[in-house]
Amino acid sequence: MSVLGILRTTLAKDLRMEWRSKDAINSMLFFALLVVVIFSFSFDLTAEESRQIAGGLIWVALLFAAVVALNQTWARELRNQVLDAYRVSPAPAESLFLAKTIGNFLFVAVLELLMTPLFIVFYNLRSVGPVHQLVLASLLGNWALVVNGTFFGAISIRTRSREVLLPLILFPISIPALLAMVGATTSTLTGEGSAHLPLVFLGVYDVVFTLVGLFLFETVLQAE
Amino acid sequence: MRSKFAIFALFTLALLSWGLYQALVAAPTEATMGPVQRIFYYHVPNAWVMELCFPLNFLASIIYLVNRKPAVDAFAVATAEVGVVFCTVVLLTGPIWARPVWGIWWTWDARLTSTLVLWLIYIGYLMLRKLSTGGSNPVLAASFAIFGCLDAVFVFMAIRWFRTQHPQPVFGGGANSGIDPRMMHAFLINMLAFTCYGALLVWIRYTLERTRQKVDEAHAMKSLMHHEAGAK
Amino acid sequence: MKFLYAAYGITWAVHIIYLIILTRGFGKLRDDIKDLERD
Repeated sequence: MSVLGILRTTLAKDLRMEWRSKDAINSMLFFALLVVVIFSFSFDLTAEESRQIAGGLIWVALLFAAVVALNQTWARELRNQVLDAYRVSPAPAESLFLAKTIGNFLFVAVLELLMTPLFIVFYNLRSVGPVHQLVLASLLGNWALVVNGTFFGAISIRTRSREVLLPLILFPISIPALLAMVGATTSTLTGEGSAHLPLVFLGVYDVVFTLVGLFLFETVLQAE
Repeated sequence: MRSKFAIFALFTLALLSWGLYQALVAAPTEATMGPVQRIFYYHVPNAWVMELCFPLNFLASIIYLVNRKPAVDAFAVATAEVGVVFCTVVLLTGPIWARPVWGIWWTWDARLTSTLVLWLIYIGYLMLRKLSTGGSNPVLAASFAIFGCLDAVFVFMAIRWFRTQHPQPVFGGGANSGIDPRMMHAFLINMLAFTCYGALLVWIRYTLERTRQKVDEAHAMKSLMHHEAGAK
Repeated sequence: MKFLYAAYGITWAVHIIYLIILTRGFGKLRDDIKDLERD
């Protein structure tokens, strides 16, 4: 079976499993909602201030929600001993990695679609800069979190205290991406400074870490 | 080997003592910063050793993924741990120096932030090693180290380019030009002393790890033989 | 200057703590080797 074919099949399987285990999705969405609410009433801001800060807040909230989601998806794999099946299958590890990453990407995108309108409402946000830049930032940022999260998820499920280890190793690695995401978002919202550089940086980050992840996923999968 | 080690250890101890004397007594007091400036003689050498250890770990991780030799992995663990130790010293002494001199404990400039991130990454690395089960340990850790070091580069660049609205005082390194030769002397002695000390620690930690590897191997062999004996 | 002594003190505190950790590590190793040779 071709790489693309395997990708499609694995992705379809993952999405179907997500859809079936609706309580996982529902609890995730509710968790994301709670995160937004808590962040929102922790800071009482004027419209001007909220434009400055919202970028950072949204991404931090999304980071936490994404980690919970990532832990979920890998935990499910482990429960069904899917990881062992992956290892013995002749399917190239790269396509499995991509399939899982895309699946997680879609999952986190759903979270984004839920959380962003809420933030806009709670903070009375109105963007000064073009909205498409915000969309681009959220797509690139999502991928940045998810590509590393998927890779490290594969690493951390093989350890004890796996739920704690994933954020522990994901957060430091995500810092440059976070800086870029927040930079791009804040620049767009406030209209000050150009979002161009952070977006390009984020793009480069995405490409580099996707390639490294693809390159090393086989190694990590086969490790003992 | 034992005596070579003992000689090197004593030499290092002597250097460190001499360095301490140089730093606190022999070097003249700096005009603008006063006695606090002497922290420089400790802060920078520790930073330098850290800057040696982490790239070495990066190299060792790559080499390990290629040839899978346990000795290489032992070296990787050693450099990671020792690197974290020296990095901790840097992160603690830096703010202690900065507060009286520049009035702030911390700033998010490129250098400080990437040092902090490296520290976080390598703590993560050490936790990963602690928490991994069985033989997957070295491979997972090595993969993570590669991500981590790449990331540190990105962090440095990101702050350089995105955080320019904050004031950027220059911390660490960069001794003023026209430096008093006695200060340079104190500085170089401590550089050498801490480099030797770092090498000594890596040597010790490497030996500890390598020996542990061999003991584990022997254990495994023994239980294997017991198994076979029992099976008969 | 108390900052100066704090800095030097902390440096050595960290290094000494690590040396203690290493010593403990060697102690455990020695015990493991004794276990091994016992049987």
